[in-house]
Amino acid sequence: MKNKILYTITIFSENTVGLLNQVAIIFTRRGLNIETLSVSTSALKGIHKFTITTFADEEIIENITKQIDKRVDILKTYYNTDKDLIFQEIALYKVSTPNLLILKSTEDIVRKYNIRILDMTEVWTVLEKTGHYDETQALFSELSAQIGVFQFIRSGRIAITKSNIERLSDMLDSNRN
Amino acid sequence: MLTNYKSTKLLSGSYVLVESLLNKGMNIVFGYPGGQAITIYDALYSYKNELSHILVRHEQGAIHAAQGYARVSGKIGVVIVTSGPGIANTITGIADAMIDSTPIVVISGQVSSDLLGTDAFQEIDVIGITQPITKWTYQIRNANEITWAISRAFYIAKTGRPGPVVLDITKNAQTEQIFYNPVDVNSIRSYVPVPKLNKISLQSAADLINLSKKPFALVGQGVILGNAEKELLNFLKYSDIPAATTMLGLSALPSNEPLNVGMLGMHGNIAANLKTNECDVLIAIGMRFDDRVTGNLNTYAKQAKIIHFDIDPSEINKNVKVDIAILGDVKKTLPALIKLLTKALHTNWRNTFKSLLKQEIKAVIKKEIEPQVGPLKMGEVVHKVSEATEGNAVLVTDVGQNQIIGIRYFKYKQTRSLVTSGGLGTMGFGLPAAIGAKFAAPNRTICLFVGDGGFQMTIQELGTIMQSNIDVKIILLNNNCLGMVRQWQKLFFKERYSETNMDNPNFVQIAAAYGIPGKSVSKREELDVTIHEMLERKGPYLLETKLLQETMVYPMIPVGSCITNILLGNEK
Ligand SMILES: Cc1ncc(C[n+]2csc(CCOP(=O)(O)OP(=O)(O)O)c2C)c(N)n1
Repeated sequence: MKNKILYTITIFSENTVGLLNQVAIIFTRRGLNIETLSVSTSALKGIHKFTITTFADEEIIENITKQIDKRVDILKTYYNTDKDLIFQEIALYKVSTPNLLILKSTEDIVRKYNIRILDMTEVWTVLEKTGHYDETQALFSELSAQIGVFQFIRSGRIAITKSNIERLSDMLDSNRN
Repeated sequence: MLTNYKSTKLLSGSYVLVESLLNKGMNIVFGYPGGQAITIYDALYSYKNELSHILVRHEQGAIHAAQGYARVSGKIGVVIVTSGPGIANTITGIADAMIDSTPIVVISGQVSSDLLGTDAFQEIDVIGITQPITKWTYQIRNANEITWAISRAFYIAKTGRPGPVVLDITKNAQTEQIFYNPVDVNSIRSYVPVPKLNKISLQSAADLINLSKKPFALVGQGVILGNAEKELLNFLKYSDIPAATTMLGLSALPSNEPLNVGMLGMHGNIAANLKTNECDVLIAIGMRFDDRVTGNLNTYAKQAKIIHFDIDPSEINKNVKVDIAILGDVKKTLPALIKLLTKALHTNWRNTFKSLLKQEIKAVIKKEIEPQVGPLKMGEVVHKVSEATEGNAVLVTDVGQNQIIGIRYFKYKQTRSLVTSGGLGTMGFGLPAAIGAKFAAPNRTICLFVGDGGFQMTIQELGTIMQSNIDVKIILLNNNCLGMVRQWQKLFFKERYSETNMDNPNFVQIAAAYGIPGKSVSKREELDVTIHEMLERKGPYLLETKLLQETMVYPMIPVGSCITNILLGNEK
């Protein structure tokens, strides 16, 4: 096994039925797990953007990026490592309100993790934290240990490259004859 | 005459579908009807004179026939089938067309759109099933999409690196009444069929070739798909570069071209394989470094600088890391390259190939194609048929020993003269593919070489041959076993012949039952006359040659071995 590191693949595509499947099967064929997946509309009207993270070595990533890019409905695909990206995930935590209130260090936790409180009833409270995986995971561990977590959900990664513009438009022209 | 309704009259989706096919220049389709395609078939009935439909006996036959048609004609092969089992029976052929880059459009009937997803009778998820093995697949759910989808399908199937497209058309779309308005799709913003040529890379490639003392070209099917045979030959001649072809690249160069040094790969020519690991610059043109060509990648052409010409960026560095990639259409990139080259002569280098050919003739070829005594050999049958057709016939093969011996010993004068299942190795491909080949080249002799195993995988297509009186010469190389598997068992499994023996029927009688004349030959003396009888007769013919089970195909590079590790059959 070669050096596997976490890559972020960004895909711009037409918004057509079955696209997610087309992308997913390229991972399946290589036996690659998709770690996170996030799909939404992009800055360009009618064009969707996929952000996928996966552990692989660079040779494989280069290959599958090209294989994804080759699909007719895909406009452009590229890959980056973390150092090229600003990226973020969001996590929600549902905890017991009474437990939260008896916690001596509630304020400390809120400050330390920069938490937002989204909703609160007498029974439960929903906390929100955005950050990198390690950060949202650290909060989860701390809450679990101290007061328990009823429900926990983390989004897929969203990412923006450190270059100035959405790279699609120039990439679209650059390939054409 | 029903064509050219244009928008003057309402037509059903099925009629619009047929009009669209005619508009794309199709005059033949291969197919099989059924409940969800019945309205399409009803429309076909009205267009009998404009669009011939070849009724096969199994949908796998339809898709392989369309592949044979596409490979020989250079046009798109079209298949029409019903939903559920109908389209499911074409899957092998779709996968085959995908891996061998064959332009195919498959049109499948589908249940009405209000029933989709309900497990309706004969409903299957065509999109989900075919997506991994198609270039594009689309479900047409209303009649207004038909002309657009057909035009887009043809555009995608044929441009760039060709491949199969599936259009799944729901019953309601087939019956809805619309005005027929032809549309022409000739660009798609998310699709770049031909990547831009990088001039700097091209110059670097030219510099490498100009400095090279021992250049070697590997020619793949890309040259044929790109209609660049002439451009290739100009390039090879200008720089005096010996060239070997992949299996699917065969017939891109005439067999008697002095620069053509044979075939690469597991059962390729000795020189072609050994020289890959001796050349200083390896120029791969429209080929994809399949593992059957490269053997062990860790020892493959390590000494050489590698230049890769391809239209598909995803082939670059997929299997073999290359030094220079030249993306683009070889019909354009090769002439652009020649402009940067200095004329060269590599006489000494080229002569080194000749001595290896002599070695191969002595060790393998002569024994195989000109045995003086002993039982009939596969190679001599192929050789004799090739001689008798003077290199003008189209060779179609099935898969196995018949395929390898067929392609090793058949000779070609013109391009698009070989139809074989390369990347998928699909047994049962041969007979239906030969049917399609005949429609693509009605004036050429079609010679099919097929084993007793593969013949029985699609033998039902003898019915198609009978019904449409298709002039296909079937040469059955009957060794009463699954020869190629048996060969592996002999070489690598201590002669444990697990499930490779076959008790076979009387094939000549089977052909006779379909009204196809034939003869079985086991003696050398009878071979020539029977071949001539077969070729002189108009119409289909079955020539069965009875061979020993002990047939072996050499040379052979064992799977995963270095390409210089070539078995010749004279090992202790
Ligand atoms: C559909 C399919 N099933 C199985 C195989 C595996 N296979 C490759 S060659 C071969 C033997 C072919 O036997 P036959 O058709 O008699 O041809 P021969 O090798 O004897 O010429 C088999 C079983 C295959 N290629 N395709």
